[in-house]
Amino acid sequence: MATTTNAKNPAASRITGPIRVALIGCNHRTAPVELRERVAFSTEQALDAATQLRKQGILEEAVVVSTCNRSEVYGVAGDPSASVTDAMERFLTSYHRIPRADLEGRTYRWIGTDAVRHLFRVAAGLDSMLLGEAEILGQIRSAYGRALEHGATGPILNRAFQGALEVGKRVRAETEVGARPMSVSLAGVKLAERVFGSLKGRSALILGAGDVAEQVVEHLRNRGIGSLRVVNRSFDRAKHLAERMGGEAVAWDSLDRVLSAPDIIVTSVGEAGVVLTRERLVRALAARDGRPVFVVDLGVPRNVAPDAAGLYNLYLYNIDDLGEIVEQNKRAREAEIPRAEAIISEHVAKFESWRTALEASSIVDDLRGRFRKEREILLREWLGTVQGVSAEERKRIANITEELIERLLEEPSARLRSGRGTPGRLGAIEALRQAFGLEGNADKDEEPE
Amino acid sequence: MLNQTAYLSLALYAASFCCYLRILYAPQVWLGRLATLLLAGGILCHYYALLERSHGMHTVPYDDLYGSMSLFAWLLGITYLALELFHGQRSVGSLVSLFMLVWMAGLDWLAPRGIPAPPAAKGPLFALHVTLNIWAYAAFALSFLLSIVYLLQDHVLRSHRPGAAFWRFPALEVLDRMSRSSVFVGLGGLVFGMVSGFVWQRRLTGTYSWGDLKVIVTLLIVGVYVAYLLLSRTASWRGSRAALICALNFVLVLFSYTLVNRYLTEFHRYF
Repeated sequence: MATTTNAKNPAASRITGPIRVALIGCNHRTAPVELRERVAFSTEQALDAATQLRKQGILEEAVVVSTCNRSEVYGVAGDPSASVTDAMERFLTSYHRIPRADLEGRTYRWIGTDAVRHLFRVAAGLDSMLLGEAEILGQIRSAYGRALEHGATGPILNRAFQGALEVGKRVRAETEVGARPMSVSLAGVKLAERVFGSLKGRSALILGAGDVAEQVVEHLRNRGIGSLRVVNRSFDRAKHLAERMGGEAVAWDSLDRVLSAPDIIVTSVGEAGVVLTRERLVRALAARDGRPVFVVDLGVPRNVAPDAAGLYNLYLYNIDDLGEIVEQNKRAREAEIPRAEAIISEHVAKFESWRTALEASSIVDDLRGRFRKEREILLREWLGTVQGVSAEERKRIANITEELIERLLEEPSARLRSGRGTPGRLGAIEALRQAFGLEGNADKDEEPE
Repeated sequence: MLNQTAYLSLALYAASFCCYLRILYAPQVWLGRLATLLLAGGILCHYYALLERSHGMHTVPYDDLYGSMSLFAWLLGITYLALELFHGQRSVGSLVSLFMLVWMAGLDWLAPRGIPAPPAAKGPLFALHVTLNIWAYAAFALSFLLSIVYLLQDHVLRSHRPGAAFWRFPALEVLDRMSRSSVFVGLGGLVFGMVSGFVWQRRLTGTYSWGDLKVIVTLLIVGVYVAYLLLSRTASWRGSRAALICALNFVLVLFSYTLVNRYLTEFHRYF
């Protein structure tokens, strides 16, 4: 593929040859974390790699997507006949100074439709470690945005990445793939939202200091929780945690005093056993005038008396309840994969249709260039041997032959545009390229005057 | 019998119900918008059905119980649509559209036509009286539906088995707020409706009909909804118990609106 200029269609103007998106990458499925670390790109490296790939003529367009679970290089090759992914892999190994043998069997390579489909699946979260996670869409958006800003992309990757972002949005909006919480901590917070709606300005009490409790706090903070209190047997530890979490430390002895205030209570007191008895919670509820309270018991053994679950306006979830919900959600997300795949297929088909139209447009331009070149050679030869042809007659002959070229191209153009189905049109384009020997020589063609 | 436009509105309500139900399990932005559009289309057709019927009978829509109930459903639809647009919350739409569908489909059975309105039932003050009361009933119907959703949500939260729809419905406190707002609107409409009714009757007859069962039941409705508003702020009743009261209160509204209107009142035969 090479680029020329065409004022009518800016996208088509740059395309002269078959369009193939190429991809090479590795992810959590194909490579262990030790290897993923070695092939990871920082933000600057991603841009630098994209620039170098283009400078070295390996790719004409390039976007590098690098997250903790994947490093992928997407590109559009300058020369479609060459083994692009081989060149990309060579570049990858030399850029990161990794022996090629280390990547053996650890990478995946896709070309054309498969590469585009892979990109769309990644954006939809179907290729993520945590099915349907939302973060990847933001990471793709950032990677693409930076590449676009630095001029590393072109019409093909622009179209592909914009399609990927749309797919990501649609899959999350129209399916359950990304809808339900997939971690115990998030499930707890989402359930609290089912009681209170927005958690902005609400108050929470953290009892104890387990890892999951900290994750719950992080989710609560992200949702703009108002006040946060930390109670621990060791006041120093409570103080330390409160500072880290941006809350207030409360002495263990003052637990009853503060128990009536929070809307959400998260307990994680290690091996302390039942800390919040039914009676204690009854008193707390009475003191808060019966307003609902949501309790997440992450302790093993449990920190909240099981019979407290029956208290009016108290919603109690222990770690097993949350684990079960996460499992349900996981199954629900998996059940949505076919619907997500259908959305992906729809967008892949759209991309392919656009690509075919672009190729059709480019091949007609190629043919026009070839015909004009032949016409000029013919006219030069013929007019050189014929005497007495005036300038006006020469001009008329030039106009007639130009008209002839346009007429000859009119029907093939229409047929290519309206041909049934993408495969059929691509087949026709390929046949035309072969018949007229247009492969790989586009850059040798001169633009007609 | 329903006229053709009414059948069209019924079909649109049915289609909107299907779309609302579908988005509970498979949320799609376009489908949600379609549900709202279909409901709005149904309401528009319903309006023309009411208009057509009024023109045909040379009277107001609420001239008989049939027209009054049809107007009720129409006002309910409009109130819900305003609520949906205001809160950006479509998840209750399935219940509202189902309710409207059943209500409209059952009109013939619930309210056969042909019973004429009292001869003096006309004039702007009377129109205000009737419209405000019907609007109040529509608002109570909405609070009933919201309370039912509240009770279902509460049950699911306690059973620890959230299904797909659970994550789509509004939070308990949001439902509670929406329900209380509806009740406030309903009470306002009912009180002003009653006052305008008394003024209208005083002008017409120089007396008040305190002994009429409709008046007694309406006062009872005001009482039970005021009790709901007060109880829903107390420690022992706030939450699901208050929602249950709100749902049960609507039985009294239904009783007043159907049986009382048709058989048990002297001055309020149809509305």
